[in-house]
Amino acid sequence: MKEHLLGLEGYTGDEILEILELSKTFRQVLDRDVKRLPTLKGITVANLFFEPSTRTRMSFELAEKRLSADVINFSASTSSVKKGENLRDTVDNIGAMKVDMTVIRHGAVGSAQFIAKHCKTVVINAGDGAHEHPTQALLDFYTIREHFPDFKGLKVCIVGDALHSRVIRSNVFGLKALGADVTLCAPSTLLPMGVESWGVKVNCDIEEAIRGANVVNIMRLQLERQTAGYIPSLREYGIVWGINSELVDLMDKDHIIMHPGPMNRGVEITQDVADAPESVILPQVTNGVAVRMAILYLLAPRSGDIHE
Amino acid sequence: MIEILDKDHLARSITRIATEVVERNAGAKNLAIVGIRTRGVPLAERLANEIETLEGIRPPVGTIDITLYRDDFKEITSSPDVGGSNLLFGVEGKDIVLVDDVLFTGRTVRSAIEAIIDYGRPNTIQLVVIVDRGHRELPICADYLGKKVSLKDNEYVEVHISEIDGEDRVVKVTRK
Repeated sequence: MKEHLLGLEGYTGDEILEILELSKTFRQVLDRDVKRLPTLKGITVANLFFEPSTRTRMSFELAEKRLSADVINFSASTSSVKKGENLRDTVDNIGAMKVDMTVIRHGAVGSAQFIAKHCKTVVINAGDGAHEHPTQALLDFYTIREHFPDFKGLKVCIVGDALHSRVIRSNVFGLKALGADVTLCAPSTLLPMGVESWGVKVNCDIEEAIRGANVVNIMRLQLERQTAGYIPSLREYGIVWGINSELVDLMDKDHIIMHPGPMNRGVEITQDVADAPESVILPQVTNGVAVRMAILYLLAPRSGDIHE
Repeated sequence: MIEILDKDHLARSITRIATEVVERNAGAKNLAIVGIRTRGVPLAERLANEIETLEGIRPPVGTIDITLYRDDFKEITSSPDVGGSNLLFGVEGKDIVLVDDVLFTGRTVRSAIEAIIDYGRPNTIQLVVIVDRGHRELPICADYLGKKVSLKDNEYVEVHISEIDGEDRVVKVTRK
């Protein structure tokens, strides 16, 4: 494991599998009556959320508390950022209060990297702009692995806004390293320039893309994409790209349906698909806590690391 | 390297401990055996086998990994393997027989007790160790003991178990 978790780019399949394997231990803890371990007693974690988030933030906070870490929260809307303080000063000031680890969500690409480089703290990226969201991808892989133990050749179809989605980027980097057979599907206006260089299949025809897939991972359509002119209308996106039961019927008989949330029911996913028995959308949320516990455990500073 | 227990002596110790366990607990009905990773695990299996021979009931056997319960997290330089715990039976109301190879500072046992209690409230927790080498740092003692030895600070006990080390033998080694 590296010193920080900034993104999955550059991780090998074995490194990812090691994290997933360790996560199993923490997942078991979540099924106990006492869902708490004393492991990170004395470690302080700051959750810095410069962008709104409910799920990821709660998931991190629960993971930290279940490991007995001390937790402080920060949200941009109520902070000195409003008074004009820059990012580095904000993090340095929090670091001066002897915080060991920082979880950061920020709208700017590279913000997690910037903090890791300039501030004395262990950094976990909880989403930086359209760049990466590594813990979301890891919990997706954990959930896939519960159903399909081997990633080699596994057919994964990712549907949605590849131009803006950090979840897609982290998924693509990780799934490629794990040896999965990935197909990306989106309207051509929502595909980034140079997507060919990502090394995965790209197919704008949803019927072709989803046919025979074992996993479909459906991304949230940011509603503001419509006003920005990327798609004609939400209704049209829903008709053409929304995953409905007819499309699911084209998948392999052995399949699961995933979505990182929050869902726009009736836009990128229909009601019946979201609530189908093959839907693992809620298990994804449960597993997220376990995977984040594993990441915190692996990265928590030991003696001689950061603070003496 | 000086031998403390040979293969036969180790086997007899486990047989004797099994007898003591069923005597004190008036049978094996409410027992569950828990081995502390790593060498407590095969020892727990052997103890369960001996109890089965005596009583005709094989108590359930679980394993516990104390890595996540250590009190020295910050002192460990790299992240050690976490083996995971496996207590499939409910510990609630059981008489838990905790098994480890060597009793030294008592910190491992303290961690194991904390870990077990996070699974529920057992009736009792009793401790089996093969060798007590002294130098305790916490108020913990064994209920059932293979052998007690007095060692200097630079002397250590190694319990070799055939499932892991290829031989059954307990030795004393000196480290600088």
